[in-house]
Amino acid sequence: MEILIPNKEQSGCGLSGVINRKGELIKGEVIIESICCQMERGNGLGAGYAAYGIYPEFADYYCLHVMADNKQALKEVEEILAHKCYLVHQERIPTRATPGISSPPRFRRYFVKPRYEGEIREICEGTADEDDYMVDLVMLINKNVAGAYVISSGRNMGAFKGVGFPDQIANFFRLEEYSAYIWTAHNRFPTNTPGWWGGAHPFTILDWSIVHNGEISSYGTNRRYLEMFGYHCTLLTDTEVVAYLLDLLIRRHGLPIELACMALAPPFWQEIDRMEEPEKSVCTAIRAVYGAAMLNGPFAILFAYNGGLVGLNDRVKLRPLVAAKKGDFYYMASEEAAIRAICPDPEEVWCPKAGEPVIVELEPDTIPNQRSYLRGEGVQVSAPICRFPTAVEEDEEED
Amino acid sequence: MNPQKEKAKTSTPRKKKKIQFSKFYPDFLIERDWDRCIKCKICIRECTYEAHGWDQKRETLTEDHSKCVGCHRCEAMCPTGAITIRKHPSAFREHDTWKPWFIKNVYKQADTGGVLLAATGCAVPFRNYWDHLVLDACQVTNPPIDPLREPMELRTYLGPKPDKLEVVPEDGRFQLQTRIGPWIKLEVPIMFAAMSYGAISLHVHQGLARAAKELGTLYNTGEGGLHASLYEYGSNTIVQCASGRFGLHVDYLNAGVAIEIKIGQGAKPGIGGHLPGEKVTEEISKTRMIPVGSDAISPAPHHDIYSIEDLRGLIYALKEATEYKKLVFVKIAAVHNAPAIASGIVRAGADVVVLDGLRGGTGAAPTMFRDYVGIPIELALAAVDERLRQEGIRNQASLVVSGGIRCSADVVKAIALGADAVYIGTPALIAVGCTMCGRCFTGKCPWGIATNNPELIKRLDPETAFEKIYNLVHGWAHEIQELLGAMGLNSIESLRGNRDKLRAVGLNEVELRILGVKHAGE
Repeated sequence: MEILIPNKEQSGCGLSGVINRKGELIKGEVIIESICCQMERGNGLGAGYAAYGIYPEFADYYCLHVMADNKQALKEVEEILAHKCYLVHQERIPTRATPGISSPPRFRRYFVKPRYEGEIREICEGTADEDDYMVDLVMLINKNVAGAYVISSGRNMGAFKGVGFPDQIANFFRLEEYSAYIWTAHNRFPTNTPGWWGGAHPFTILDWSIVHNGEISSYGTNRRYLEMFGYHCTLLTDTEVVAYLLDLLIRRHGLPIELACMALAPPFWQEIDRMEEPEKSVCTAIRAVYGAAMLNGPFAILFAYNGGLVGLNDRVKLRPLVAAKKGDFYYMASEEAAIRAICPDPEEVWCPKAGEPVIVELEPDTIPNQRSYLRGEGVQVSAPICRFPTAVEEDEEED
Repeated sequence: MNPQKEKAKTSTPRKKKKIQFSKFYPDFLIERDWDRCIKCKICIRECTYEAHGWDQKRETLTEDHSKCVGCHRCEAMCPTGAITIRKHPSAFREHDTWKPWFIKNVYKQADTGGVLLAATGCAVPFRNYWDHLVLDACQVTNPPIDPLREPMELRTYLGPKPDKLEVVPEDGRFQLQTRIGPWIKLEVPIMFAAMSYGAISLHVHQGLARAAKELGTLYNTGEGGLHASLYEYGSNTIVQCASGRFGLHVDYLNAGVAIEIKIGQGAKPGIGGHLPGEKVTEEISKTRMIPVGSDAISPAPHHDIYSIEDLRGLIYALKEATEYKKLVFVKIAAVHNAPAIASGIVRAGADVVVLDGLRGGTGAAPTMFRDYVGIPIELALAAVDERLRQEGIRNQASLVVSGGIRCSADVVKAIALGADAVYIGTPALIAVGCTMCGRCFTGKCPWGIATNNPELIKRLDPETAFEKIYNLVHGWAHEIQELLGAMGLNSIESLRGNRDKLRAVGLNEVELRILGVKHAGE
């Protein structure tokens, strides 16, 4: 039991996310405009972005974005990487001096594969699965290297975050130079903060990235649950647990994404008692087995992966979340204004209900290493779900 | 020749009355207000210890203070409120080492040569950790939830949970692939601890059983078997299998939803139990399957369990006998090495581990055991929960704790430390009138609780017992909902093991480390 972990932070923030289902690239300016429309939702103490599809030339390599306080920490990270990975490319993450951002940490990115090819394979012995290997590696660096943090570790994606307003952070990381098929963004309003770059959103593990508005009151339960499975929370913020929970439930346990969302924001017992079989048994089992994974407290989250964007509210919808669509574009944000700033004439705008996930996946075979966690065509889950591709859509296609 | 023996022989014929030092210094004083007393003699009828008497010659009431146990029955029943029971004001010279408690105990043993006997739980003021833990509440950044407006869930499932679930889509619906259960559903995470029929009256058992049913929770038979009238409450019953195996047969094992193997009890770790023959009436004899009037002695160990693999043997014997439909609980007293023992119990196949702490109650225990053997439940719970998590087996069994839980906040703190549910015993008895006088082993309980005297048990009818116990837990459940709502949680599982919701006041670093909580202000 580590009792010296400082207080987790609490926050109330602004979110925005956009995805193109055909994998069409969206310019950085778009998301910057949307999140900056929600300037009042932050206080200049944190902002961040996650972008998918930004490193097509290294699409098969895990890209580690490393934030370090000093050269020594970077050196230690590089030593670990040299031992554990095959490094194809590394560089400074390009930044520019930005008014209002003083003494930022160093940022570097490393494109790696978790094992040596061919004859020197045994060096990477241990977990067979490359993703598990990378999770362990990230945990190792975050836990053991003082002053260095891996802020993103997925393929063909990256997180950019820091202390400042969203326009400042975008300017600092030169985000207008990137184009992505999924963007998420965050504007932070922490209530008890150290001016701490690692504490800004998004939080990531592998290609999972989370931006979050709210407070996870069940943090203590979630953190101790995750520790049983080898995840260590080092970034001092409650949102971190969401990233690890998604990785555990969806990737490692293989739960369909609908059920993983249900585990995070499950229906109430009174609703489950009214369900019919087999949904009733499934829901009961989810709640009994994954009770410690439930996210309790007010939240709206957007999470993304190589292939999809998901929005989710808490069980009683204590934080705002709006969704909209136009053609192949899907938008989710804290405020409708943030969507209309970049899409003035959406075909449809709606507020997802409490605990009702909005799941938008790319069309099949759109990008390399695409992941899809929706199982088959629209499976009935009892709890409301809003999914794209919809079951109806596919029916039409079949017709 | 043993000179001592000879001396004893010679002294017996002189039937001189021996001086009894312990009688000189009563614990309580019976105070009668003669202006109010109407000499109705109710006090004489009510007192089972004969502390009140009638002087025929002087036509007046008398008191024998040395017989008063402080149960307050006479005080409560006096129609004119003329009686007050107070601590006896007679004092020894003040001495921090030789407090009256120790002096009087020495007198008692010098008078009788026996083992000091006591009831209730540990009476030594060891640090009570519940009283050093405070809870969190929401302000501003997250809203407190009002349980009167929003759902607030206390439902808890006991039993082993798999590491993960597997589902497959089938006909457009998800079907569970993982085999789950059996689980026990509790609507409130408070169960009634094992108190045997024999130790307490049938009426209390009936009250507990009904309350458990109405509340959606469980009560525990204790080691006294299950009275025929209680089989109908099977779905809310835990049947106990203790070292004496009294009243144990296959119908009994199948009567409830769980079987508890009692290895130890917090009030008296390391020893067995003893129901004196005087308490073994006709009904109890039938239920326990022993002759009327014979002592029911539970040995210290189970004589078929001398090691952990034997425990595994018994767990699976019980599971076989009940076709794997019942959960098997294993209850141990919280002792020094509890984490390792609990880990072994989980690996031996138990579905639920019960930890009973130092302050756990009893109807009879040697005073030295009650007061000085075992460790506080708060520390044991924190250590066991952490150990099971480190070993990655916390989900393989539920954790239930008991021993010194006095109010709903204690329940909340226990769950935040990592318990799935708690057992309460003493609070349920206090709810039906117990005044904690601690003389349960006499069989003379004037409140009709810890007795089987046919006249005395009439003092507490099953209906009253049910109502009082139901009300208590109902009230606690409300309070737990309010406390959860204040913490911004709407479901009990988000509190389970959530030590971030606790802060300590006035504990040292070792205690903080063991409890896994931060100090207030951190």
